[in-house]
Amino acid sequence: MSRQEVEGRTWVSGTPRLWVRHPGGARQCPGCHHPIIERLIAETVDELGVEDDTVLITGVGCSTRAFAVLDMDGIFTAHGRAPDAGTAIKRALHGRPVVITLQGDGDCIAIGAGSLLSAVGRAERLTVIMVNNGNYGTTGGQMAPTTLHGQITTTSPQGRDDSTGYPMHAPELLATLKGCVYAARGSVHTPANYQRTRKYLKTAVQKQIDNVGFSFVEVLSACPPDWRLTPVESLSWIEEHMIPEFPLGEFKNVERIE
Amino acid sequence: MAERILIQGNEAIGRGAVAAGCLTFFGYPITPQNEVTEWFAKELPQREGVFIQPHSESGSINMLYGGAATGVRVMTSTSSPGWALMQETMSCMANAELPCVIVLVQRGGPGQGTTQHAQMDYLSATRGGGQGGYKAIVLAPASVAENCDLVQLGFHLSDKYRNPVVVLTDAIIGQMAEPVEIQAQDFGPLPPKDWAIGGKGYRPDHQRRFISCGQGQVSAEPYSNYLSLIRALDAKYRLMESEVRFDPYLLDDAQVVVVAYGYVARVAKEAVNMARREGLRVGLLRPITLWPFPYMALRSRAEAGASFLTVEDSLGQMIDDVRLGVEGRAPVHFLGMLDRHDSTGAGMLLPGRVLEEIKKVCSGVKV
Repeated sequence: MSRQEVEGRTWVSGTPRLWVRHPGGARQCPGCHHPIIERLIAETVDELGVEDDTVLITGVGCSTRAFAVLDMDGIFTAHGRAPDAGTAIKRALHGRPVVITLQGDGDCIAIGAGSLLSAVGRAERLTVIMVNNGNYGTTGGQMAPTTLHGQITTTSPQGRDDSTGYPMHAPELLATLKGCVYAARGSVHTPANYQRTRKYLKTAVQKQIDNVGFSFVEVLSACPPDWRLTPVESLSWIEEHMIPEFPLGEFKNVERIE
Repeated sequence: MAERILIQGNEAIGRGAVAAGCLTFFGYPITPQNEVTEWFAKELPQREGVFIQPHSESGSINMLYGGAATGVRVMTSTSSPGWALMQETMSCMANAELPCVIVLVQRGGPGQGTTQHAQMDYLSATRGGGQGGYKAIVLAPASVAENCDLVQLGFHLSDKYRNPVVVLTDAIIGQMAEPVEIQAQDFGPLPPKDWAIGGKGYRPDHQRRFISCGQGQVSAEPYSNYLSLIRALDAKYRLMESEVRFDPYLLDDAQVVVVAYGYVARVAKEAVNMARREGLRVGLLRPITLWPFPYMALRSRAEAGASFLTVEDSLGQMIDDVRLGVEGRAPVHFLGMLDRHDSTGAGMLLPGRVLEEIKKVCSGVKV
C-alpha cells in the first residue's frame, strides 16, 4: 500500500504488501467474505508496520485458506486450538511477535471454547478474529453455536429451535472477563462497515502491541452456498437477520486490566 | 564435576530437561506426575523460562505444538487419562514434524483407573495412539538417573528427527528417590531449525515460514502434495528404527530370558539375581526403546534356544512385541498384573513371584 500525506491526513491506497496474488485466487466460494477479512488482516498488519513480526494462526475451517493469500509466518493448528498454540508462540518468544488467530465460529466457540476462555483468563497478549457465518462452512453448512433461531442447516433441518439452543454472543461474553481488554463485532457487507471493522481490528492489534491484554474481534461473514442464497441475497440476510441478533460495535475497550 | 544428589524420579525429569536446555514447559495437574509440573512451576521462572498451566492436557499439547513451532525445546508431562487427551495434537505434531518430549508417568487404567503405578499404556504409546498411524520413539527409564538421562536423549532424538519423543515411565520410578549425577549430555550436532516461525523479519532470507498439520487446502513446503509428505514420513520412520537401545543383563548363557521395562525391570532384575544364586541360567533383556523395539536381540536369543518370560504390570501388551521378535522360534511366557502381591491399586509385582515363574519356565526348559 502507498501512503500520502495530504493536508495533515494520511491517505492509504493500493494493495497491501502482504497480499499474495495466488494463481488459484483465494480459493473461496463465490460471495464468501473470508478473503475480505483476510485482506483486512493484511491491511492492518501493513499499516501497523509489524509484518516482519507477525504470526498468523488458523484453526480448522475455511480460515486455513488465508495462508494462500497472506505473506506472513503462519501455522495451522488442530481444530479450535489456535489460542493454545498462540499462547505458546507469544510466550516462547518472550512476547515479541504479534500473534493473530483467524478462526471460524465453530472452531472458536464450539470445539475451541475452552482454549479461548482460558487464554482470556490468563490475559494472553493475543488477538483473536472470529469469523461468524452462522454455520460450519467447510463441512457443508451444519449448525454452529452462532446459528440463528429458525435458521435451517443440514443438522437443524427443521430450523434451529429451543431444543438445539441459542446463538452464542462471543464478544459480549468475553467483555465480561478481566483478561479481555478489547471486544468488538464488525461486518464487511458494506464499505462503511468494512472501514469500521478495519478500525476495530487495528485497535485490537494495537492493544496487543501495547501489551495491554487479550483482544477479540468477531466479523459477520456471508456463506452463500451453505445458506442456499446468492452472494447479493446473502448481504441482505446479514442486514436483516444477523445484525438484529448480533449487534455491531465495541463491547469493551480499556487501557489496562482492572 | 557433576553434582551428585538424592532426588525423586519426577524431579529428575525436570533436571534432565533443564540440562537439555528446555526452559519451556506446559503441564496440567494429574496424579502421579504432579511433582514434575510443580518442579517446573518453581524452577522455570528463576531461569527466565516459560511455565504455563493450561486448561487441560489438550491445552498442554497444543501449547507444545505452538512452542515447538518457534524452535525452542518444549516439554509436557502427564499421566494416562491426560495422555489420551493429547493424542490428536500429538498426531498433528507428527504431521507438522515438530519436535517435543512428552513424559507419560503411567497409572492404572482403563478410565480413571487408579492414581497408582501400572504399565497399561504400552500399546497406546508405541503404536501411535492418535489418528493416522504416525510413529514416535518411546524411551523407558528404569531408574531415577535414567529419567534424567533419557529426557536429555529424548530432546536430542526429537530434534534429530523433527518428531515427538515419548518418555514412558511409571509412578514407582517417578516417586522413588535415588542418587543422581546431573550432567548435561552432548549427543553431537543437530540440523539448524530454519523451519521455525516467529515473524519473517527474523531470518536471513526474509521469506515466510508456514507450519501445517494438514494437507489439502494450502500446501506446506516442502511437500507439494499429501503423498510426498507420507513418503517422507515413511523414510524418516525407517531411519528412526535404527535407534534401538536395550540393556542386556546376564544374557550370554541364559536359557530363560526375562523381558521387562520400567519399574518391573528392576523387580525382574532382582528375581534374575535370586535365580542365578540358585544356579539357574536366567538373564534379563530390558528394552530402553519400546519403539523401536529390540526385535533382533530377541530373535538372536531365540535362535540360540532360549525361552522367554515377559513380565509387565498389565494384562499383556509388550508381550505382542516379544512374540514379534521371537517369531515362533521359542515359547513366550507371561506374568502380568493379575499376579500382583495385593489386589488393591497398591499391589505390585514382586521379585519372589517373578522367581517362582522363572522356575516354572526353567523346569519346562529342562524337560
